Amino acid sequence: MSQSLDVNSLLENITGKLQQHLQLRNISEPLMIGIHTGGAWVASALHQKLQLNQPLGTLNISFYRDDFTRIGMHPQVQPSDLPFDIEDRHIILVDDVLHTGRTIRAALNEIFDYGRPASVTLAVLVDRGGRELPFCADICGQHLQLEANQHVKLSGPEPLELKVQTA
Amino acid sequence: MIRKDIQFDKKGRLRHFLTTEGISRPLITDILDYAENFASVVNKPVKKAPLLRGKTIANLFFEASTRTRTTFELAAKRLSADVININIQTSATKKGESLLDMLRNLEAMHTDMFIVRHMTSGAAHFIAEHVAPHISVINAGDGSHAHPTQAMLDMFTIRRHKPDFTALRVAIVGDIMHSRVARSQIHALNILGVPDVRVIGPHTLIPPHVENMGVHVFHQVEQGLRDADVIIMLRLQRERMQGALLPSEAEYFANYGLTPDKLALAKPDAIVMHPGPINRGVEIDSTVADGPQSVILEQVTNGLAVRMAIMAMVLGRTSDEEVAS
Repeated sequence: MSQSLDVNSLLENITGKLQQHLQLRNISEPLMIGIHTGGAWVASALHQKLQLNQPLGTLNISFYRDDFTRIGMHPQVQPSDLPFDIEDRHIILVDDVLHTGRTIRAALNEIFDYGRPASVTLAVLVDRGGRELPFCADICGQHLQLEANQHVKLSGPEPLELKVQTA
Repeated sequence: MIRKDIQFDKKGRLRHFLTTEGISRPLITDILDYAENFASVVNKPVKKAPLLRGKTIANLFFEASTRTRTTFELAAKRLSADVININIQTSATKKGESLLDMLRNLEAMHTDMFIVRHMTSGAAHFIAEHVAPHISVINAGDGSHAHPTQAMLDMFTIRRHKPDFTALRVAIVGDIMHSRVARSQIHALNILGVPDVRVIGPHTLIPPHVENMGVHVFHQVEQGLRDADVIIMLRLQRERMQGALLPSEAEYFANYGLTPDKLALAKPDAIVMHPGPINRGVEIDSTVADGPQSVILEQVTNGLAVRMAIMAMVLGRTSDEEVAS
């Protein structure tokens, strides 16, 4: 059984909140970084909607995962690509689904290997709960209350489809 | 008798990396793809990934090496592993300690991986057969038998310049007889589907029945190099030669040394490779070694990424649990 969520309205929602957030914080030239794979798709859509001037960065956090020795390597992952200097810059970190928080921990570690950003704002398409680490999103399209046997998955990149599946 | 399946664990994943012989094309492709990812690590201001934090890797070099030992060490350090270099020349084996006793001692220090180079063919296999179950062995060159990580970095370098292996003509020139690099390359090139692998050298330096490995043999360099896409020059392995196999280095250079004239016989976009160390004026002319078609230093750089990929694959393999997001 699966149920679809309207990705477009979620993206509109996040775009509005992000604009407000940037204005409030007085951030003019943010750098956007999407986490492979789903987060990069979402980031690419947001990057377009916000009409950001800086190129989009993508992060592959496989080398920073805390469960690497348990799961081994993922094949066919794109390397990280941060085509800018992040030192002292405001960063918008984008992922599709916020769950345990471990991906975000890994992403922050990797980002800090590139330099010391002025700030990092976390934007996610959905927050499905189930956190194991102390992270929360600054901007979130929708909070989902999922049962243990449910999971949410983004497919894409064209079209982007978000589905809640019940096992 | 060397068991090839010793390289894999029960789930078919790479546990040791001892030879390219008999491995699958998907595995080679995976290693090359991973290496592409690791190549990006060096573009970061902090040239490190924390993948092998807490792992201990021992470099056991029974035979001299600078490039291979250094790149293994650097690759391990870039993966955040701790590295110990055992200097065999001054170690207890000189005092009469047996190889296996030395291994037991290193195991007792909770080492996770041995990188082994040895002058005897089969040494890395022997060690792999005798290590504790949690330890992996990587062959960094054994006698005239195999040098699989060198072959993989060569495949990586070739793929970056010529992505379609099934359309290539590759010429390996020189001392095939004593070259573990050539053997590992030939296996890898065949597995990747290269339709024309050539070995070129004097009769004394081409092993008998080498055509059974799936290569074409040439003794005239002018014929062998014609229309080649990739030229791999090999070093004359003086230290492994027994007896008078060559009249002189000068004559060898005249016949087989890669000069601009001979290079011109290959395709105009052919790349020139050499596993190093190069002997200028013996197997390769300086103009070619330093010329625009040479990718010799790229090979060294690529060696880092490829060795990172192999070490990470081998040590990051304990179970298949589901990924949490």
